[in-house]
Amino acid sequence: MCAQMYYRGKMFGFVHLYNGQEAVSTGFIKLLKKEDSVVSTYRDHVHALSKGVPARAVMSELFGKTTGCCRGQGGSMHMFSKEHNLLGGFAFIGEGIPVATGAAFTSKYRREVLKEADCDHVTLAFFGDGTCNNGQFFECLNMAALWKLPIVFVVENNLWAIGMSHLRATSDPQIYKKGPAFGMPGIHVNGMDVLKVRAVAQTAIARARSGEGPTLVECETYRFRGHSLADPDELRDPAEKAHYAARDPITALKKYLIENNLATEVELKAIDKKIEEVVEDAVEFADESPHPTRSQLLENVFADPKGFGIGPDGRYRCEDPKFTEGTAQV
Amino acid sequence: MLGAARQKMLGQSLQRIRPMEKVFRSYSSAAKQMTVREALNSALDEEMSADPKVFLMGEEVGEYQGAYKISKGLLDKYGPERVLDTPITEAGFTGIGVGAAYYGLRPVIEFMTFNFAMQAIDHIINSAAKSNYMSAGQMTVPIVFRGPNGAAAGVGAQHSQCYAAWYGSCPGLKVLSPYSSEDARGLLKAAIRDPDPVVFLENELIYGESFPVSSEALDSSFCLPIGKAKIEREGKDVTITAFSKMVGFSLKAAEILEKEGISAEVINLRSIRPLDRSTINASVRKTNRLVTVEEGFPQHGVGAEICATVVEDSFGYLDAPVERIAGADVPMPYAANLERMAVPQVEDIVRAAKRACYRYVSTAAAA
Repeated sequence: MCAQMYYRGKMFGFVHLYNGQEAVSTGFIKLLKKEDSVVSTYRDHVHALSKGVPARAVMSELFGKTTGCCRGQGGSMHMFSKEHNLLGGFAFIGEGIPVATGAAFTSKYRREVLKEADCDHVTLAFFGDGTCNNGQFFECLNMAALWKLPIVFVVENNLWAIGMSHLRATSDPQIYKKGPAFGMPGIHVNGMDVLKVRAVAQTAIARARSGEGPTLVECETYRFRGHSLADPDELRDPAEKAHYAARDPITALKKYLIENNLATEVELKAIDKKIEEVVEDAVEFADESPHPTRSQLLENVFADPKGFGIGPDGRYRCEDPKFTEGTAQV
Repeated sequence: MLGAARQKMLGQSLQRIRPMEKVFRSYSSAAKQMTVREALNSALDEEMSADPKVFLMGEEVGEYQGAYKISKGLLDKYGPERVLDTPITEAGFTGIGVGAAYYGLRPVIEFMTFNFAMQAIDHIINSAAKSNYMSAGQMTVPIVFRGPNGAAAGVGAQHSQCYAAWYGSCPGLKVLSPYSSEDARGLLKAAIRDPDPVVFLENELIYGESFPVSSEALDSSFCLPIGKAKIEREGKDVTITAFSKMVGFSLKAAEILEKEGISAEVINLRSIRPLDRSTINASVRKTNRLVTVEEGFPQHGVGAEICATVVEDSFGYLDAPVERIAGADVPMPYAANLERMAVPQVEDIVRAAKRACYRYVSTAAAA
C-alpha cells in the first residue's frame, strides 16, 4: 500500500519498506511492556506499528499531514512516539545504537541512583548488517557490556546494505560472534520464523530485565523489495530472492497455524480482511487530514524558546528580587 | 595510545597555563576572587546536589579529577554512578547521553576539547539538536555539551579550532561562551537547567584566571539569562564585540585606546546562539562603529554574522565599514611566534579600532 501511495505521489522522499522482515519485529516487540523502548533505523514503520502507534498516525506521518505521529515534521524515517516509547527513526545508520544504549542507561540509573526500585525497562535496538561495521556499534557493545545495561542489540541481517552484499563488506560475516568478543552472548536465529525469533527474544529480554546485561541477537532475514522505493534492486540474484520468498514469514506462520489446528482458514481470512480495512481506513484518514499550517514551520525548535532566563511574566528571572529564594527546580 | 598522547598534551598545556593563575583582574577589592575553574566546579556541584537527575559523563572526569580539573572532588562526593569515566568513545557516549536525555535525565557531557567532539558531532546535531523538531515536541533533550574550545598554547592544528561558528549556525542548539567566573557560573547553571541542548564553549587558557564575584553570584540559585550579552565597559566611540578569551584582550585594548582618546564599548557576547542582536544594534547605534573580535577562522565566522545583522538593522547608523578581527585563515601552526600571529592579539584589536575611527597610521598589516 505504501508503495502504491508513493507511486501516486502521496508520499515522497525516502521510504524504506520492511516486507519480509516482519518476523523479527513482531517476535521481539510483542514481548515488550509499554514502558520498554524501541530504537530503530529509517526502516521503522513496522517497528512503530508493532509498538502500538496507531496505523492512522503512521500513515498520516508518511503523507506529511499534521495528524501524523510527529505532526508531519519527522516523516518516514523519523517516527517518534513518547507515549509508546518509540525513540525513532534515525536516518544515519548506527546513530540509534548509542541512543538506545542511553535509554538503557537511564533505566539502570533510575533504578540505582533515583531509587525507583521497580524500573526494569528494557531497550531494544534494531539495526542492519551494514551497521555492524560502523564504529558506534562496537563502541556501544563495549559500553553496554561494561556497565551491564538492560539492552538487546537486534541485528536484522538481510544480507544487503543497499547494493553492498554483506559478504563483500565484512571481514567476518558471522555477526553473532562479535558479541562474545565484548563479553556478551551472541545468538543466531532464523529471522524468517516468528516463533523461533520469539523464543530467543524471550531469553534475551529476560536476561536484560533481570540485570544480567546485554545480548547480541543476529536474525537472518531478507527484504523482498529494494532498499527503498527509489532502489531499482538490480544487483540481487533472482534465485536468492525466490529462495527467500518461499520462506515468507507470514505465509509460514499461516501454514503452521492451520497444520496445528490453532486457527482455521476462515478465521485467517477474516483477519486478513480486517487488516485490509484498517489499512484502507488509515489511507483515507491520512488523505483527508490537513496539511500542516504555515505557522507550524517555526514551532518545536526548542522546548523553551526564550532560554531559561525569561520567566512566565516576560521579565528576566535574575531581575526578580525573589530569585535567590527557591530551589534549583524550574 | 591515544590516551597517552592526549595526557602528554595536557601535561604540556597545564605547565604553560600555570603562570596565568597569578593574573588578577580586580575591579573591586572587597569582592571574593574565584577562578573560572572553581566557578565551573561549584556550578556543577550545586546543580548535581540540587537535582539527582543531573550526571556528568566524559573522559577522565572521575578518578583523574577532570582533564583540566574542572570536576575535581565530584567523584568522591557523588559516586561513580553520577560521575562516569568513559572509554575513548566520543560518538558512543555522546549518543548515550542523548538517549538518557530523551528519557528525562539531565546529562552533562564533557569533551576533553571540542576538537574531539567532531567525532560526536553527528549526535550533537542530528540526534540532540533536531530531535525536538522531528518529533514535534515529544522528545526534549535537556543535555549540556561542555568543554574547552579554541586555541590553547602550542597544541597544534588539531587541538586548536574554535567551533562557535559551526554550532552557532544550527537551529535547535543553544550555544554559550562564558568569559569571567561569574559568566561561567551563571551560564553553566542556566545551561544545566535549560530543557534544550546547550553547547557550552569554555576556554582552557582562562580556567586559571581569577575574577571577582559578587555575593549574588555565589548564591546557589544564581543564573544568567541565555541570549543576553553583557556590556563589560561602556564607551561612545567604537563598539567591540567579543566572546570568551577575546573579551579579556578587548578590555586591554580598550584601556590602550582610552589613553589615545578613543572610548571603546566592549560587549561580552556570552551567548552565541541566540545572538543578542538588540544589544549589539543598540550599541552600534550609539557609537556608529563596530569591530568584531573572535578567535576562530574568518570565513563564515561569528563576526560575519554580527556584521550582517548590523548591516541589516542599523545600516544608516554606521559611519565606517565594520572591522572583523578573526584568527588567521590557516590551520593553527605549532611554532610559538607563528601561533601568536595566527590568533588575534591586543595590538590587532587596537589597530582595527583605530581603523574604524579613521585614525590609523597606514602600515602594511599582515593577515
